[in-house]
Amino acid sequence: MSAADWQALVTTLQLAAVTTLVLLLLGTPLAWWLARTRSRAAVIIEAVVALPLVLPPTVLGFYMLVALGPHGPIGGTLQAMGLPHLAFTFTGLVVASTLYSLPFMVQPLKDAFAAVGERMLDVASTLRASPLDRFFSLVVPLSRRGFLTALTLTFAHTVGEFGVVLMVGGNIPGETRVLSIAIYDHAEALDYASAHVLAGGLLAASFLLLLTIYMVNRRYRMIHL
Amino acid sequence: MSIAARFQLRYPQFTLDVDLELPGRGVTALFGASGSGKTTLLRCIAGLERAAEGRLRVKGETWQDENTFLPTHRRPLGYVFQEASLFPHLTARGNLEYGRRRAAEPLERARLDHVIELLGIGALLERHPDQLSGGERQRVAIARALALKPRLLLMDEPLAALDLKRKQEILPYLERLHDELDIPVLYVTHSPDEVARLADHLVLLEDGRALASGPLTSMLARLDLPIALGADAGVVLETRVGALEPDWHLMRLDFPGGGLWSREQGLPLGHKARVRILARDVSLATEPPGPSSIQNVLQGQLDALADEEHPATLLARVRVGEALLLARVTKRAASQLALAPGQPVWVQIKSVALLDAS
Repeated sequence: MSAADWQALVTTLQLAAVTTLVLLLLGTPLAWWLARTRSRAAVIIEAVVALPLVLPPTVLGFYMLVALGPHGPIGGTLQAMGLPHLAFTFTGLVVASTLYSLPFMVQPLKDAFAAVGERMLDVASTLRASPLDRFFSLVVPLSRRGFLTALTLTFAHTVGEFGVVLMVGGNIPGETRVLSIAIYDHAEALDYASAHVLAGGLLAASFLLLLTIYMVNRRYRMIHL
Repeated sequence: MSIAARFQLRYPQFTLDVDLELPGRGVTALFGASGSGKTTLLRCIAGLERAAEGRLRVKGETWQDENTFLPTHRRPLGYVFQEASLFPHLTARGNLEYGRRRAAEPLERARLDHVIELLGIGALLERHPDQLSGGERQRVAIARALALKPRLLLMDEPLAALDLKRKQEILPYLERLHDELDIPVLYVTHSPDEVARLADHLVLLEDGRALASGPLTSMLARLDLPIALGADAGVVLETRVGALEPDWHLMRLDFPGGGLWSREQGLPLGHKARVRILARDVSLATEPPGPSSIQNVLQGQLDALADEEHPATLLARVRVGEALLLARVTKRAASQLALAPGQPVWVQIKSVALLDAS
């Protein structure tokens, strides 16, 4: 692997890690709200959350590019405040990836939260647990498998994204050039050997990651969860 | 009376509207058919349901009124749910400690050990809920609620999800708790047997309203209420073992009004025992009966007569000392004996059912 490829790998892992962390913080309360609310607005939010599943990544990428760029509502506002806009930056990539991977975090968490059930929460409140306490002492441990699935899928999905990255981030080495783009570059340049190393590595790593998760999840089930 | 509860709650299909004064000690049974509002009332008291109009004072403390609504986790209560409610990711011990750790003033370690022994769960503490039987799970759930040292214990049909055998397994534990712990208990049930065995006070619920409320013994002796505790009308008496006749294997159960001979059950002198006497096992005579195989004959005074569902029979209420007994007699017999309230009668009791031998 060339130095440039190593750099792409590091950028990819950084992007996936930051995105997963951001989504864990934002997606958990959103999933909790969706699992518990009786509000009619919830279906609209659910549909919006699921959009990235069906939308071509280029569509999302295009709108993100416009929004984050110097003339967009987000990028323009930032510039007016004396800050740089976000198009073709790592931060811009994180913002776009967060949106793009949102359903992969929210759906499994929502299902896991819903499975905890009203009764268990009632029980916990009769045992003196406050709402926040109930969430951390009961909902989180009972949703361990949901969290594991959500984190894995989000991470893996972010590693594998291409269209959104290309639209929002471009191809700046060390900043926005990720593995999937590097593979594309190698294939374009007919350097199949390098493309094989990266593509095969990604394939094997993704498979091993998922295999580990499913094995751990199965063990959880066997130890009373 | 130290629990005052007033709730009005409207759902599309159901309205709860009760105003109750309940005793601050002993077991109060909330009794009624399914859909009568028993569980909803209990959930209102726990704060799990928020009645639009509600007032609740427990032993001088306001839990809810126009301006106050104490959330469930701040109410010093214990709640035993109908179905399995143990946290699956914790062991039985972990479940006990979950609430105990959070309680401001949990049950002292020594008393918790006593409760664990009382409920017979000492050997189960390291197991997870899925390694426990239904009855064992429910016993752990009861201990978990008691470990909070609640000032009020709410039990929502704790035996309903169990089969008859498991019920028989837990009932003695509940009776022991009743005898040994000084916590007021609100006990939701639709089982006449549980009411007869456990309750001191009875609230009769129907369609979201409280039909009547009072001490169990007098509620069961009321002629104006359709309290069919089981197939048959009957009263419950609190007695003590007053004499033993080992040669005949008999014991005498004394109550304020007389004594009843019954088969001995290995109870020591002075032991408390609760008995049930069904109206169909009681007959009346207007003169002292002659020699008879019936050993329990008491003198009393006819208190009241009331019609029953079947046109052939009447329920007669007789005062014996401080106790009230019910007897079923045919209208023809009542007419031939010219039974009238106020007249002295002799009560012959064919059978006495011991309810708890704990």
